[in-house]
Formats: sequence, structure tokens, C-alpha cells
Amino acid sequence: MNRPDRGELRRQRGVSLWVFLPLVAFVALAVLLASGLGRNPEELPSNLVGKPLPAFQLPSLLGERTITPASLRDQNWKLLNVWATWCPTCYVEHPYLLQLAARGIPIIGLNYKDETDAARDYLANLGNPYSEVVVDHDGQLGLDLGVYGAPETFLLNPEGRVVLRHAGDLNERVWEEKFQPILDQARTGGEQ
Amino acid sequence: MAAEIGHLSLWVALAASLVLAIFPLIGVHRGVLAWQRYARPLAWLQWMAMTAAIVALGYSFYINDFSITYVANHSNSELPLGYRLSAIWGGHEGSLLLWGWMLAGWTALVGLLSRSVPLPMVVRVLSVMGMIAVGFLAFMLFTSNPFDRALPWFVIDGADLNPLLQDPGLIVHPPMLYMGYVGFAVAFGFAVAGLLEGNLDPAWARWARPWTTVAWCFLTVGIALGSWWAYYELGWGGWWFWDPVENASLMPWLAGTALIHSLAVSEKRNLFRAWTVLLAIITFSLSLLGTFLVRSGVLTSVHAFANDPSRGAFILAFLVVVAGGALTLFALRAGRLSGQGGFKAMSRESFLLGNNLVLLAATFVVLMGTLFPLLGEAMDIKVSIRSPYFNAFFVPLTLLLILLMVPGMMSNWKRQAGKPLVRRLLWLAPAALIGGWLGARLPGATPWPGTLALILALFLVFAHLDDVVRRALAYNQGLFAGLRKLTRSYIGMVVAHCGLAVLVAGVTVVSFHETERDVRMRPGDVAEVGGYRFEFESLSDPVGPNYQSQKGHFLVSRDGRPVTEMNPEKRTYRASGQVMTEAAIDGRLMRDLYVALGEPLGDDAWAVRIYHKPMVRWIWLGALVMALGGALALSDRRYRKPMGGVAGEQA
Amino acid sequence: MRLLLLLLLTMLGQGALAAIDVYQFDTEEQETRFRVLTEELRCPKCQNQSIADSDAGIAQDMRERVARMIREGHDDQAIVDYFVDRYGDFVSYRPPVNAQTLVLWLGPAILLLLGGGTIVILIRRASRRVEDDEQ
Repeated sequence: MNRPDRGELRRQRGVSLWVFLPLVAFVALAVLLASGLGRNPEELPSNLVGKPLPAFQLPSLLGERTITPASLRDQNWKLLNVWATWCPTCYVEHPYLLQLAARGIPIIGLNYKDETDAARDYLANLGNPYSEVVVDHDGQLGLDLGVYGAPETFLLNPEGRVVLRHAGDLNERVWEEKFQPILDQARTGGEQ
Repeated sequence: MAAEIGHLSLWVALAASLVLAIFPLIGVHRGVLAWQRYARPLAWLQWMAMTAAIVALGYSFYINDFSITYVANHSNSELPLGYRLSAIWGGHEGSLLLWGWMLAGWTALVGLLSRSVPLPMVVRVLSVMGMIAVGFLAFMLFTSNPFDRALPWFVIDGADLNPLLQDPGLIVHPPMLYMGYVGFAVAFGFAVAGLLEGNLDPAWARWARPWTTVAWCFLTVGIALGSWWAYYELGWGGWWFWDPVENASLMPWLAGTALIHSLAVSEKRNLFRAWTVLLAIITFSLSLLGTFLVRSGVLTSVHAFANDPSRGAFILAFLVVVAGGALTLFALRAGRLSGQGGFKAMSRESFLLGNNLVLLAATFVVLMGTLFPLLGEAMDIKVSIRSPYFNAFFVPLTLLLILLMVPGMMSNWKRQAGKPLVRRLLWLAPAALIGGWLGARLPGATPWPGTLALILALFLVFAHLDDVVRRALAYNQGLFAGLRKLTRSYIGMVVAHCGLAVLVAGVTVVSFHETERDVRMRPGDVAEVGGYRFEFESLSDPVGPNYQSQKGHFLVSRDGRPVTEMNPEKRTYRASGQVMTEAAIDGRLMRDLYVALGEPLGDDAWAVRIYHKPMVRWIWLGALVMALGGALALSDRRYRKPMGGVAGEQA
Repeated sequence: MRLLLLLLLTMLGQGALAAIDVYQFDTEEQETRFRVLTEELRCPKCQNQSIADSDAGIAQDMRERVARMIREGHDDQAIVDYFVDRYGDFVSYRPPVNAQTLVLWLGPAILLLLGGGTIVILIRRASRRVEDDEQ
């Protein structure tokens, strides 16, 4: 004889919830897709944020001395800018770096996989925004910093820890959006 | 002038599709026959307008009309004519036009070849396809018009077609792929039409089936061509990278494969009706999702189009309307569609259910692996997903699929006695013997999944051959007379299944037994790879029509006997300054030799990458055999009659 | 040492010279590991390419570092960890298994289980219908 099971009964009443399942799944999918619009998937967060600079011992471009993380540390916020003469975008951001330096923001350069002579000429011809330049001839420090291309700019706090990394050229807009707020907050936080 | 004609044609097509999407459908609901009769002519009008548009764009490329932005960005006066014409679909706007033109073509064909289908059904299908066309045309006209002019300041010469696309493979790859994507719109149209009508009887599945198979064949060939193109054009020797763009084409293929099988059950047994409709919706929605993924810039991919979030937003909205609308309709109507027929646990129906589940799971794996980076962004983690993830799931799923295919193909509908089935599974024994022997004999170690894959591929072939012979003998007229009696759709299935075996064998052997060497070579140097001796004889600097080249000449020999000469190139395209690696490939059935020039290392020395790839060709061969199986199934007599005689010839 | 070998070979000067691998290893096993690792590490600068596929400068640096670490005797996990420490999980094509990636790794299995369960129920009902038909 017929054994009406629960499914059969539900069907007779015309109520079946599973048919809504695909729609629900699709709505979730659409929300996910919408969340991805306008986001830049190529932007990488730095793994170094919150950490001090890795250990290194490299020559300076500006004089006969050896630089280590300790020798760079003082009580100031500062920028660490990765640049090279072979990097076209570096030429683009260079004038802005000079402006920042003129405003009194200390910038340390990291000359990344470059020819030392070409790098010296570059600074002599275009002006030098850097208070110190580390020579990373074979890119090993760059690898330790997680650099994936020049230019990149790191913001270091007074303890020498990385607070922010920006990949790509540094300009007024980026400065106002990403760097200035952190500095402002640090200043007001310091006064309280 | 041509651009204006093309632009105007797009508006005409939009108007035609808009009318097609609305009035004939109202005609069906009000029962006004006159309104329904407009559906077919409107489909034709839309197709002619789209044809005019695509011809206009082709003509603009032909006469180098660089005042059109799209032409200027994708062509150059030095570009050879063939590539100038294939540049029609070399970029975002033009490839959309190709999409739209094909959609219009399919719509017109459905109108033409459906004389035996009741008019209200045809009208519904055409209307639904018209709605899709409205979306695409609006997208084109409002965000991506290929006919936009850069007046008054236009460039003297174009920026040139991306060198990656200057290749014969790329002339055919996108059209094939789009024929597949767009072809699934027909199945979608039939599904939505069936839901609107509320009656999804076996006739519905019979009408939708050949269209689905045609689309599937095109998509299969399109994906195979894309893989082949990546293999020889990208210079990395790989044939599948699990890149989002590749995944975007794989998802509708997997779902479409499930759909083909589920349509068979719906037609023959009037079962799984709701599920089949759902699969038809999913398959086409995944085609649209692919379009979204490729063009919106939400994911990073090797070969993405120029990305633009506003376009992404448009396609997403379109996807929500099409897929969301269809799924809502499904939710409202499908509850009444439960199957009435019964079948035992051991039956063809059960195995096909298993097949559908495995294919669906595979689709889900691809979807998950492709979209998880997006989900990760929302959770603030950055992950990268490629072969380690996908292979972890695809290897077992494929093997499981083969394990279900064999008994499924052997079983009867409704119920299958267990004993005879088990007896026929004994084919596993010789397959295991030969597969194990092959696995041990091949150079280099074969890990157990490789041996297992070889065994199952052989098993698949043996079992199908056994089945063919049995069925032929069952006519009691001798083997050859019996073979001739077998239906084309049955033979098509056997061929397609064997195609999968060929593909699996190729993937297995090339994955575990290829050899690769990165060597530093100067003219005069010699490298040994896979038992072959490659001598770098000399280097020359030929000049192409729109590029400068550096060409290496390699003499290949084996055991002292010359085998071939190979000439890999490094091209620098003049207009864009892009550098392209043109690998040299010597392809045979059982192995490919592959030489690519890497970077110059100074002193005349080059980094050279040399591969020996056994059976790599079997991958594409397997895909082509699968498509051939689909084409054979289409040529079955029963389709030639009710569908009007032309359906079988398209594949 | 390599230079000496080169010189020696040049002095022998018998027409064709054996080509030298761009990355040299002591054993074949090391070479295989190098291939697998460079396929599974992602070039951070490029659009979804492994460091084996990419000609970008950073990919070359990373390949060299991988080769060096293999020669120095680091195991695969240590090498991947080295890059993950610097570039994040992004750099590895083998996503980690943790709470955040649970749905990625378990999702397909859950789908298979649920789907399998549904199929079992469906088949039970269908086979009951066969029995009903025959009664």
C-alpha cells in the first residue's frame, strides 16, 4: 500500500523550501561579487607592519659608512623610500619627495638593485631628498622588506617600527589619504 | 561612415530585441496569435542588424580607420590583414559585439529550426533570448561602444593589437568559446520558457537537448584551443594555469556536461525535471559570471581585459536580473515539478545522479577556488589559489567520475541486476595489469595516483568497447551488421567518454613524466633533455611585418640521428615595444619537444628552457574527441527529423 | 670552481659544449624540489604568475633565493615560510588551512556529503515508487 512520507505530504501542500536554496545561494554570491567591485586586487598589504626593520648591514650611497637599523633610529617619524634609476615611476614621484624633505620630513632612501654611479648622478642632477641612502645592490634587503617593485614607501615610527607601506608613487593625494592621518593621530595622541 | 552605420545598427538591434522581449510574450499570455507571429521576423531583424554592425567594424579595421577609438587601440597600419580582422574581437568592446552577434545568430536559428515546436514555446524561448540581448546591447551602447570616435584629435597610427593575440589560434579561440557560452543561452531560454509555461514534459528536454549539445561541443573546442594557445604562446610550457579566466570557461563546461546528462534522463524517463531546469539556469548564469569575472577587474588574472568597475557593476546588475529572475521563477514554479517515475538504487538513473553530483562538486571547487580570494579580501586576508588547491580536489573527483561512468553506461534504466554488472566490471583486471605495467615502464617513478588514473582510463575504454560489442551482437546479425545498427547518439556517447580517457591519460603522463631544463647556452652549446640532444647552432635577427626578432636555430638529434630543427624566437613589437617569446615546438603524437628563449645573459649566452613533454597532445586530442562525440550524437536520426535537418551540421 | 670548469671546457674546444643549468644543484631531487617550489610561489609583482613563469626582476631574485636555500639545506616548509614571512600568504599558491580558510578546504567536502545524502533520500523514494507501482 501507499506509504505517504513527509516529502509526499509537503508536495501535496505545495510547500517546498529547497527550491529557494539556489536563489539564496545566488544572492550571497551577488553580494560577494558586489563587494569586490572597485577594490584593487593587486594591492598587497605588507607583512612588516608592526615589526621593526629586519637586520642588515649595508653601505651608504652618500659616504664611506655602514648603515644598520640601529644607526638609522632617532626620535622622529620618518619615511623609507625604495627607489632606483631604472624605475620610471621614481622619476615621477621624485619632485614630491623633494617637497616633503623641504617640509622637514626625514626620508631615508633605499637604492634598490641599482648602479651606484648612476644613482649618485641621479641625486646630483635631480636633487637629493634623502637624509641617508642605503645601497641594496643585490636586492637582498628588498627581499627581506617584502618589496615587490620600486617605488615603495614605508612609514617608520619613532621606535623604528613599520606603520604603513605604500606601493607605487607617492604624491599629494596619497600623502593626504594615507600618511597624514597617521601622523596627525600620533601628534594629538602625543599631546593628550 | 562605416562606424555610424555600425552604431545605428546596434540601436536597431536594441529596438528589435526590446520589442522581441516584450510583445510576443504578451501575445502568448493574451493568446493573440498575430503578436506571437512577430517573434521570428524580429529575431531575424535583430540578427541582420548585428551582422551589419560587425561587418561595419570589420570594414573599419580593414580601412585602418584610426579615428575610431577601438580600432586605434587594437590595430596598426603594419598589422597583417588577417590579424586586423581578428582584432574585431581582440578587445573588450569588440568581443562583446561578437557575443551579441552570436546571440542574435542563435536566436534566429532557434526561430528557423523549431518548426516542430509549438509556437507559444518558440515565442517564449525567443523572447527570453531577446531579453538577454537587450542586456548585452544596452551594455555595449552605454558603456562599451566599439564605434566611439576619438574626434577631432585622433591618432595617425594605431597602438597595435596585443602581440599575445597576434596568433592564428586566437583567431578561432574566442569565437568558439563565445559560441559555447551563448549557445547555453538557448538551453536557458528553453528552461525559462518551460517554467513560464509550467509544463516541463519530456518534449521540453527533447527540444533543449540538441542545442545544449551543440553549445557544449563549441565550448569544449574553445577551451581546448585556449589551453593549446596558452601552451605555445605564453612560453611557459604549461597547458592549464587555473587562472580565473580559464576557470571562468571551465565552470559552464562542467555544469553544461552535467546538464547534458540530466537532460537525457529528463527526456527518456521524465525524471529530475526541476533539477535539469536548475542546471540549465546555472550553466548559462556561470557563462555570464565568467564575463563578469573577466571584465570587472575584481580578480587578478594573466589575461584580463582592460578592467573597469563601472562595467563590472553593469554586468553584475545584468547577472542579477537574468540569473536572479530565473532562479526566482524557479523557486515559484519548481515545487510542482517533482518526478513521478520510480527507479531502483541500482539503475542508470542513480549513476547519473552520482555523475551530476560529482560534476556539480567539481564546478563548486572551481567556483570556490576562483572566488575565495574575493571572500578573503572581505575577511582581510590575501590568498593565492592555483594547482595545489584545484588538483587536490580534481584528481579524486575525476577518478570518482570515471568509476561512476562505467557502471552508469552499462546499466539499464529503472533497474539493473547487480550480478551481470559486477561480472562486466571484471574489465578492471586487464586494465589494472596493463596500467600497472605502463606505470612501472614509463621513465621516472609514477606515484600511485598516476598509476590509478592510467588504470581507470584504460578501464573506461575497455568497458566501452565491451559494451559496443555486446550491443552490436545483441541484434543477432553478426558483429558488423550490428555495429551499423547502433544509434549515432549511442556511438557519440562512447566516443565522448573515450575522449575523456584520452585526456586523462595525457594529463597523467605529461604531469608525471615531463622533463624540463633551464640552461645557459651560447651558439655551439649542447643540452640533453629527455634523451634528445639539442644543439644551439646559431642566432639570427630576422625582421617581421611589425616586429623585430631574435631567432635561435637548434638542431635536435637522438642517438646520433637528426630529428628536427627548431627555431624559437624572441620578438619585439615595434608599435608597443612589447617583447614576446615564441616557443619552438616539435609535436608528435607521443611527445612534444619545446624550446623557448628566455633572457639574454650577455656574451651571446641565453637562458634557454627546454622541455620534453610526453603525450601532452593527448590532452587536446582528448578534448577534440569529446567534441566529436557530441557532434556524432547530434547527427542522430531523431534530431534530423524533428529539428528541421540543420541542427546536426552545426558542430 | 664553475669558472675553472668553464675554462677547462673551453680549452678542450671540441665544437659543441655541454650547456650549463641556469640553477645548479647537487642532486636531481633538489632540482625537482626547485621546480615544484617555484611553481607554487607566486610572483608578487605580476598578474597571477608563479615565479617559475615570470621574467620579472623580483621573480628572478626569488628564484635565486629558492635555489640558494635549497643548496643550503633548508626544507620546503622553511623556504615557503621565509617568503610568507615577508610577502604574506599571498605569495604561496598553497593556501594555509586555518579558521579563515575552512570554507575553502571543507566546502567541497560538505557539498559532496549533503549532495550524497540528498541523493540517497531521492533514490530511496524513487525505489519505493517502483515497489508501489508493482503492487
